[in-house]
Amino acid sequence: MSTTTVDPHALPGETGMVEARRGRWLPFSPWHLILMPMALLMLVPLVWMVITSLETLAQTRRFPPVLWPGQLQFQNYPDALGAAPFPRWFWNTAVVTITVVASNLLLCSLAAYAFARMHFLGKKAIYFLLLATLMVPLQVVLVPTFLIVKQLGLINHLGALIVPNLANVFGIFMLTQFFRTLPIELEEAARIDGASRLKILFTIVLPLSAPALATLAVIQFMWTWNDFLWPLVTLYNEPAYTLQLGLQSFQGSHLTEWNLLMAGNVMSMIPMLVLFIVAQRWFIRGIATQGLKG
Amino acid sequence: MGSVTFDGVSKVYPGAKGSPSTVAVDDLSLEVGDGEFLILVGPSGCGKSTALRMVAGLEKISAGEIRVDGERINDVPPRDRDIAMVFQNYALYPHMTVAKNLAFGLRQRKTPRAEVSARVAAVSSTLGLDELLSRRPGQLSGGQRQRVAMGRALVREPRAFLMDEPLSNLDAKLRVQMRAELKKLHHRLGTTTIYVTHDQVEAMTLGERIAVMNAGLLQQIGVPQDVYDRPANVFVAGFIGSPPMNLLRGTVSGTTVSAGVFSFARPGLADGPITIGIRPETFRPTTEAGTVGPSIDLQVDVVEPLGDEVLVHGTLDARAAQSGAEAEDAVLLAETSTRAPVTVRLAPDSRPAPGDRMPLTADPMAVHLFDASSGDAIR
Repeated sequence: MSTTTVDPHALPGETGMVEARRGRWLPFSPWHLILMPMALLMLVPLVWMVITSLETLAQTRRFPPVLWPGQLQFQNYPDALGAAPFPRWFWNTAVVTITVVASNLLLCSLAAYAFARMHFLGKKAIYFLLLATLMVPLQVVLVPTFLIVKQLGLINHLGALIVPNLANVFGIFMLTQFFRTLPIELEEAARIDGASRLKILFTIVLPLSAPALATLAVIQFMWTWNDFLWPLVTLYNEPAYTLQLGLQSFQGSHLTEWNLLMAGNVMSMIPMLVLFIVAQRWFIRGIATQGLKG
Repeated sequence: MGSVTFDGVSKVYPGAKGSPSTVAVDDLSLEVGDGEFLILVGPSGCGKSTALRMVAGLEKISAGEIRVDGERINDVPPRDRDIAMVFQNYALYPHMTVAKNLAFGLRQRKTPRAEVSARVAAVSSTLGLDELLSRRPGQLSGGQRQRVAMGRALVREPRAFLMDEPLSNLDAKLRVQMRAELKKLHHRLGTTTIYVTHDQVEAMTLGERIAVMNAGLLQQIGVPQDVYDRPANVFVAGFIGSPPMNLLRGTVSGTTVSAGVFSFARPGLADGPITIGIRPETFRPTTEAGTVGPSIDLQVDVVEPLGDEVLVHGTLDARAAQSGAEAEDAVLLAETSTRAPVTVRLAPDSRPAPGDRMPLTADPMAVHLFDASSGDAIR
């Protein structure tokens, strides 16, 4: 027998063995039996939101809730846009969020690199102090921060949302931990190759930290985009509102137009959804290429 | 090109609160000549890598002075030292292609673009990397990564190369091949090279001179054959050579040196304890013609035929001595046993069986003697 006739016989036998070794009675890991229902449960509010956004106002008030509106009210979306200065709020939120995310990526990586790799007096103490501030809830610092922002003359300006959030302790902490896991030899090699500290940070450390930076960007984006309490405290002029604050104005004290509110919510979610889909590739990619012997 | 001088160099790591500080390198003085290939060899933790990293500027120098071409470089930042280093794990930038890895150092030095590509092309053809230039380190084999790491150092045409165990991550066959290539390369370029290894075979085969270190102290420096033939002390004797030199505890009385059941004459020694060192190849079967020396009975335990030679592991009736280069459990065993483990290298035609009692002899003139307390060689 020639080898070409042997091979086709060998292959099915081998794959059969692999299948037998993995889940014998399920095509997936048994954990999925727990994870899948939980994922469905998480989806319920989202689905309900989308459904509500496509219902008539009357349908939204019916009990038990209408699970399928029959005729989809796509008109709710233009109506919602028309009912309030939506584009303006969207723009405000985008300006704040993009500025805050960008400054966080830059400032947190600078600080984190110093904490991870440089030696200076009081490093440990300062780091500890910064971490300790993570334990202080926003409500505690709300009034002092408000007073500072007021002193800066930023009340009712988007700057009120940007300035206090330019750098985030959580971001510093996360990036410090990540930078510490990068092999120090890469930086030593770059130092010998003639790169300065800043050059090393921007050409070696940051490109290798893409997964951490992507994670930080998504988290920071989510926080800033969805922030409600702080904008509520500092902004009181409707044109200065952010999306979350504006959506709140749909909720009247006597009558809430749930369908329009949900349509607004769906629209406000879209940028975050897009970001998630884009950033997900980075999470998974990780440091796919390894320069060091693994 | 440049010479590298260590002048009384020490590296002390301050201990954490309450614990004593660690001396990694202790008053190291040696000179690496212009174009020389010097090997720093020693067991792990002996300070050889620290010494290398001080030349690179990755470690601060606690005391003493390092000079390159006579210029003191203690306070010169790494990038201005004009020295290239090859790391044990290669430290290639994983997110850059091979070409960019090679060019990185030149780019940092604002080398004109045309010159960068010319030098990268020259080095990649020297090292056979032409086909790999657009790949990333993750897509290369271990040997290829090693070449790229070497190329990254070569392309800068530095005053000196520093290599920190560059071959230790390769498999045995590739290691031998790269060793030869490295030697050829050095022959052609003639760049001063300091090469750190714990592998004494690498040290013997590569170095023009080797410097043996232990516990931060320079033990001996010299031409490999010289270090092998005339080890300065019992540590060097035990470290250089594979299998290592057999070390036995002996005593001197008058003109007789004796260890366990055998003895030989050697005039001019003070009475008292002494350490006897016998290389595995110094032993000869008494059946061989023209042998001189005392008769030594070896109890054969294990026989390893290697094709061109046979290694016989056994014990003989004497106490073992230590060089300080042994593994801890071997030390413990030697302390408690009254029979010394001995390795003998024989011609391939002699095949003793395990359990045999094999009569051997060793030329007294080829036997090394060391002071039992200081460990220094007695010549």
